[in-house]
Amino acid sequence: MTAPSTNTAKPATGILALLKTAFVNALIALVLFSLMVGVRTEAGSDGQLTYWTRFGELASLVAAVFGGSIVIDLLRQWIGPTGTEKLIPPAVQSGMSFVGRYLAPALLIFTLLVPVIFYDQRYILDLAILVLTYVMLGWGLNVVVGLAGLLDLGYVAFYAVGAYSYALLATNFGWSFWVCLPLAGILAAFWGVLLGFPVLRLRGDYLAIVTLAFGEIIRLVIINWQELTGGPNGVSGIPRPSFFGIPLDNSDDGLAAKLGIEYSTTHRIIFLFYLILALALLTNWVTIRLRRLPIGRAWEALREDEVACRALGINTTTTKLTAFATGAMFGGFAGAFFATRQGFISPESFTFQESALVLAIVVLGGMGSQLGVALAALAMIGGFELFRSLETYRMLVFGMAMVLIMIWRPRGLIGHRAPTVYLTQAQAISSDLVKEGHG
Amino acid sequence: MDYFAQQLINGLVLGSIYGLIAIGYTMVYGIVGMINFAHGDVFMIGGFIALITFLILVSLGLTAIPVILLVVLLVAMAITALYGWTIERIAYRPLRHSFRLAPMLSAIGMSFVLTNYSQVAQGARVKPIPPLVTGGYTLHESADGFVIQLSNIQIIVVVTTIVLLALFTWLVSRTRLGRDMRACEQDQTMAALLGVDVDRTISMTFVIGAALAAVAGLMYLLYYGLVDFFMGFVAGIKAFTAAVLGGIGSLPGAMLGGLAIGLIETFWSAYFSVEYKDVAAFSILIVVLIFMPTGLLGRPEVEKV
Repeated sequence: MTAPSTNTAKPATGILALLKTAFVNALIALVLFSLMVGVRTEAGSDGQLTYWTRFGELASLVAAVFGGSIVIDLLRQWIGPTGTEKLIPPAVQSGMSFVGRYLAPALLIFTLLVPVIFYDQRYILDLAILVLTYVMLGWGLNVVVGLAGLLDLGYVAFYAVGAYSYALLATNFGWSFWVCLPLAGILAAFWGVLLGFPVLRLRGDYLAIVTLAFGEIIRLVIINWQELTGGPNGVSGIPRPSFFGIPLDNSDDGLAAKLGIEYSTTHRIIFLFYLILALALLTNWVTIRLRRLPIGRAWEALREDEVACRALGINTTTTKLTAFATGAMFGGFAGAFFATRQGFISPESFTFQESALVLAIVVLGGMGSQLGVALAALAMIGGFELFRSLETYRMLVFGMAMVLIMIWRPRGLIGHRAPTVYLTQAQAISSDLVKEGHG
Repeated sequence: MDYFAQQLINGLVLGSIYGLIAIGYTMVYGIVGMINFAHGDVFMIGGFIALITFLILVSLGLTAIPVILLVVLLVAMAITALYGWTIERIAYRPLRHSFRLAPMLSAIGMSFVLTNYSQVAQGARVKPIPPLVTGGYTLHESADGFVIQLSNIQIIVVVTTIVLLALFTWLVSRTRLGRDMRACEQDQTMAALLGVDVDRTISMTFVIGAALAAVAGLMYLLYYGLVDFFMGFVAGIKAFTAAVLGGIGSLPGAMLGGLAIGLIETFWSAYFSVEYKDVAAFSILIVVLIFMPTGLLGRPEVEKV
């Protein structure tokens, strides 16, 4: 945690002042870390707590803060004060827009070809499925957070509702995936309406806390209602999806036998890949189409200014509810897919961390930009995979990244939105110019 | 009846701890208008620092319990206050004029940082300590042998809370700092024009909130005899519920809300089910926000165009 090095509000000018700030920051770091890092406690074999000192780690951390402070100050002087308008040369700008125009189709074609290119690499296919699941979740939450401007910290609740709907219907009644998929979406949307109806009158941050509480309630109920959900043990033996009724296994009626090709377990993985890709693209397509409908425009208007919306005669409660239900429905779809892919679900998969991760993807993606969300999901999940060996540090880095993104680029990676309504020609506006409403 | 009285005592003690944390939420919300999502984790850090200080003092050979308690209290308050100050400087101050949801998201990130920082630094396992303060008083013994106990720890928790609350009320209502805080709460720009150092006042708010959270952490450590890196999350949401229930922005409200949440949780566990006590607390949050968004002692918020 080298964070205290960003303490100084004003960049120091002289070399002496620079050293002084760094020294003060290092001193603060010393006090902060003295007990938490310098002393390590652990319960011994007899249950008694023992402790030992770690002055080496403490010293290196303080030194890192000292060095980091100097480097950041120097960087600040070099780049100049933040917040100044930077002039981008027109050549670069047109290049950027060229890349921007062709990035999405190129990415889509590449994604379609992933199973062909990486046919033998099971690990990459699994990772790609995971990334696509989060892309879908991100796009679903984007409807709520990015378009309607409602901060939802309990999105994982709908994911859980979808997953458990499919798992319980399939294991108890033997219903097929293709029957349960719409049901899971409908049930999740129903829960979205149920939660949304009373709470959507609340202001932004209150709404955030209520949705968080709702997510926790769902998780606690799943843990404690053991007769229905199996409690902490979860639901296992969830059936795999079939290719529209034809099972993807090694039997005589399996798809491989019918097509007359040799059976391979990779078929199912590839099927799952295209399934989640189709679901994600459906989410994307519906979102894009909805944005062009009056309801989608009402969502965006709501995000910008709720009071103005009411003055214009938009029913804000219904508008918010539809956004909430739409987002929840996609979360439910993704949940059903998650259940069928894993074959086993337990409440551990539906913690607040999951909600925060999806939210971070949406925020990093620029809140409202579909392409941004997809890229952010790729970066986040890919980054998580890179840090897999550093299991315990992963969430620490994740938290730091979230703070730094907020400070450095609060509008996310792709921080501009193409307007859906325009007078003569479409002009992309920087989202810095778009004021956040009081939604 | 005896069972009820015993649960009442337990609930009040638990409520005092929630109240101390809730004050931090309510003050920050009153001045900056943001939910300091990381506050529950500041409470957790406070508990850890208290635990470590206690271990060091004991291994140094100190045996006088009051001295140990006092030193632990002061050290935990000082260091945790510095944590509060640093968090505000790093994660919130740069975002003061950013869009509405930015500080909230930054606070969520900070909460992750703090939780995992203490997991990395101190390990994931629960840290128990032997009971430091033992003994108590038997208030009443009924014919069938049920005893109402008031332990010394419970007395310490409640007395400390009352003393701190009195000190804190004095600070807000009588001192220069308290006046600055109330001025910033009403109108930051106007306060700045009249010579109030807004940045410093906001920093001090975080420092005081963190110090009170550290006290709550110590009380939690004494009362339950353990700390772990994840305890800040649930305690934080409950304390926030307390702040909302009491009316966010109102200091006596936070304490009142804390007591109410403590009592509700204790009685729920005692008479209904322990498994669903957190569900009960979270449901109260939702119900209060829907039917009584201003809480018990809060002022209605008027949205200006």
